[in-house]
Amino acid sequence: MKFGVIIFPGSNCDHDVYWTIQNVIKQPVTWLWHESHDLENCDVIIIPGGFAFGDYLRTGAIAKFSPVMESVRKFAESGGLLLGICNGFQILCESGLLPGALMRNVGLKYVCKPVQVRVESTDTPFTNACQEGQVLTIPIGHMEGSYFCDESTLEELIRNQRVVFRYAEPDGRITPEANPNGSLDNIAGICSPGRNVLGMMPHPERATEPELGGTDGSKIFESLVSAMAEK
Amino acid sequence: METVVASVITPELVHEHDLTPEEYEKVKQLLGGREPTLTELGIFSVMWSEHCSYKSSRVHLRRLPTYSRRVVQGPGENAGIIDIGEGWACAFKIESHNHPSFIEPFQGAATGVGGILRDIFTMGARPVAVMDSLRFGPLQAASGRPRNPSEIRKNHALLEGVVSGIASYGNCFGVPNLGGETKFEPCYSGNPLVNVFALGLVRRDQIFYARAAGEGNPVLYVGAKTGRDGIHGATMASAEFGEGSEAKRPNVQVGDPFLEKLLLEACLEAMQTGAVVGIQDMGAAGLTCSTCEMGARGGVGIEIELDRVPQRETGMSPYEIMLSESQERMLLVAQKGREQEVFRIFEKWGLDAVEIGRVTSGGNLRVLEHGRIVSDIPNRALTDDAPAYRRPMKRWEPAVPREMPSAIQRNPKPDLADDLERLLASSNIASKRWIWQQYDHMVQTNTVAAPGAGDAGVIRIKGSSRGLAMALDGNSRWCYLDPQLGAMHAVVEAARNVACTGATPVGATNCLNFGNPQRPEIMWQFSQVVDGISRACEELDIPITGGNVSFYNETLGEAIYPTPVLGVVGILDDVRRAVFPHFREPGRTVVLLRASEPGDLTDAQSEFGSSEYAKAVLGELWGFPPALELEREAALEKAILAMIHSGLVDSAHDCSEGGIAVTLAESTFAKGVGAEVDLRSEEQLAPEFILFGEDASRIVISCEHANLPRIQAVARKYGISAEQIGETAGQRLEIKLDHRRLVSSSVRALRECYESAFEAALRTDPEGAR
Repeated sequence: MKFGVIIFPGSNCDHDVYWTIQNVIKQPVTWLWHESHDLENCDVIIIPGGFAFGDYLRTGAIAKFSPVMESVRKFAESGGLLLGICNGFQILCESGLLPGALMRNVGLKYVCKPVQVRVESTDTPFTNACQEGQVLTIPIGHMEGSYFCDESTLEELIRNQRVVFRYAEPDGRITPEANPNGSLDNIAGICSPGRNVLGMMPHPERATEPELGGTDGSKIFESLVSAMAEK
Repeated sequence: METVVASVITPELVHEHDLTPEEYEKVKQLLGGREPTLTELGIFSVMWSEHCSYKSSRVHLRRLPTYSRRVVQGPGENAGIIDIGEGWACAFKIESHNHPSFIEPFQGAATGVGGILRDIFTMGARPVAVMDSLRFGPLQAASGRPRNPSEIRKNHALLEGVVSGIASYGNCFGVPNLGGETKFEPCYSGNPLVNVFALGLVRRDQIFYARAAGEGNPVLYVGAKTGRDGIHGATMASAEFGEGSEAKRPNVQVGDPFLEKLLLEACLEAMQTGAVVGIQDMGAAGLTCSTCEMGARGGVGIEIELDRVPQRETGMSPYEIMLSESQERMLLVAQKGREQEVFRIFEKWGLDAVEIGRVTSGGNLRVLEHGRIVSDIPNRALTDDAPAYRRPMKRWEPAVPREMPSAIQRNPKPDLADDLERLLASSNIASKRWIWQQYDHMVQTNTVAAPGAGDAGVIRIKGSSRGLAMALDGNSRWCYLDPQLGAMHAVVEAARNVACTGATPVGATNCLNFGNPQRPEIMWQFSQVVDGISRACEELDIPITGGNVSFYNETLGEAIYPTPVLGVVGILDDVRRAVFPHFREPGRTVVLLRASEPGDLTDAQSEFGSSEYAKAVLGELWGFPPALELEREAALEKAILAMIHSGLVDSAHDCSEGGIAVTLAESTFAKGVGAEVDLRSEEQLAPEFILFGEDASRIVISCEHANLPRIQAVARKYGISAEQIGETAGQRLEIKLDHRRLVSSSVRALRECYESAFEAALRTDPEGAR
């Protein structure tokens, strides 16, 4: 069971994810450089947050051309577990591995704060340790987090329970006030049709240790560990 | 090889370079009697500018205490370094970017962050925190004052631009912003202050210095290409503003945080190879400053060829290349024969790395272009031999009454609950969430006390039980009323903020913002402030390890208040036991720790004039800052640390702006736990003095009632008072004076005032109905 964390020039949550897997989840983890095609037999690939290639042109628009992404695409198509967090989610959308796009927040400003998300589907390798409808507190930190897709895509996402997280009130209600960035239908995270690729704007690695204010993010990593154990 | 090209230097040209005739004579003397070339004149001009040479401040800065057993590196390097134990050291410094931020707020503030980050990682330290201290003109017209909508609107725009600039740079670079302070006074309308603090961690045995060494070693240029931006930025920062200063916009550099992030990773990786001898960032005065300073520190010469310098524009003259302040560049000296190891790393990160010269034996900075020498100056002439002035000083008095105006004494009885709300909503006190929510304060997953959560920012150190606390502080209104006393307060308050988390203060950095030093009264203010900082740092045993002086903060002859900003860093042995300001649960005992006895009625009335209450509620300024007894303050800080380390304290909150009422209110917000407090009257003071007066050296703590005797025993040991004033309870804040109820407000209502006021002020059009 091995995790791989991709480093693009400008990734800046790479060390955080690596630390969480190594020291909190206590699983083997390795770095994957964006110019390499070799995924080093990793079982889970994580694209961390940050500003890959400075977010030049558009978030994720340049990162999708990195050599590592060819391998990542094959990995995902063959059912490999792939998690994109924040900028990682943006890269997955740009690469076409997930549908839709992340647009500028409605407030037009960067927002960094803990938010509540409701778990909409536990039928994924990323949320199997959660309860359906469970509310998790996980921080966000982004300028472009407003999820958008066309109507038919949204219908399909909903029909197939591919909306995995929605921004919610602490009591679980989905309200406009709970939506920090203007995302369509309060969407905070979605998965691929095969459910093996997840993109989410909140940063689970920022909520895995009590001294940092919460541990709800651990659920995502714990789910991955049990998903792999079952494989 | 040709020798230095002769050129004609006219007195006008010398004047345009901000050099006095005497300074120009000294230039010639240091060059062995010959005239400088134009390039050399430019080099002297920037290196001898106030910004780079500290020519007005050097003689005073020597009075600052800079040593302790923990100091690894004091002033004189890119950043100071303190040993924090377990093999770790931290590098930190604060710097101003005032002038560029006024001219172009977004880029000015962004490159301010970029510059201080480079200062940190050039020492081998990975930046783990930034904070900022910002000052602007008012966001709202003061009551009873004539409105000036265009000025207010400009202040809004400056604030928005500066905050976005800081956010944009720090967020992309990936360093958490732990907060700081944002203050508003009319004197900053034409001269906003942007002071940025950064701190990095480095293993004690892996520190790098900006020192060239080893004759024949290659000098490498790494990072961004050189353009025509920022030429004479340092000189701009060494003059006051007049009409049309906005036209200096081309002097402001443009930042690229993505490039800086790559530069960070590449530099730290290159340092790991062991092939790097010394390294310095190219900040103010760019290539000039980095070459001559590295040479001077190492006692060697440096020779560079400008043809090899990566350039992003064509046809740049030697003058322009040497003076460019293009961002995200570094100069490093590598070990001869190991250049390739360094080049490989920079190539991996997609950065330019070029050998542009070598270390020589002479001691001169020699610059060649097309094989001709265009500059040949002894390094020391640019650094150690730069002019240092003991400028004339003249005692100065602020234009305010020293005693309480009689009109205020006749004031009818105020509504104290309403006054509390007004204070909580005043720009200086209200929550700055609107600002820090735009900053990534969680990246790197070390943040224990985020902005707004504590009296100081707190981070953990991964792989260690230790943590670091840091706070920025300065009350410029107090410095205006009494520069020396105000500066002492800046030190002790930053230290007290750090101590309230349970961290022992171990080092400080200062940013000194003043008007024109050629005016004797400004120089007097400066000298007084240096004395105040020195006295307080000595008493608290906190060395100053570096900092920055920013003069010429004047527009149209109007100087800012003397504004020293102190950054204090402290060590927590066990970061999991860090203490926060908020009441944690009901039924806890509320205790006021106090180091000094209150003064008499006249003192209290005089000191009340410097409070936030006088400013925000009465719209007045008079008197003096609160009296401060340094030994007693030191005892208070030792006492709170002893109490926290013995596990006796639930919460601790420094009592500062807005007095005890605001301190109590702020303590209720985070958990919504209220309090019932009964204060006792002193002298014949009016109730508002007791609730909102800002007596120094006070801390409000809460604790389990059973711990009270032990807390009082610690207090006795340190000679301070620890008086039970109430207990935490319910969801209301009730404050009584001699059993008479003065304030009874719901925590929710008070918090609403505190949380919403700042954004509301920004959203209010100054010409609107309000």
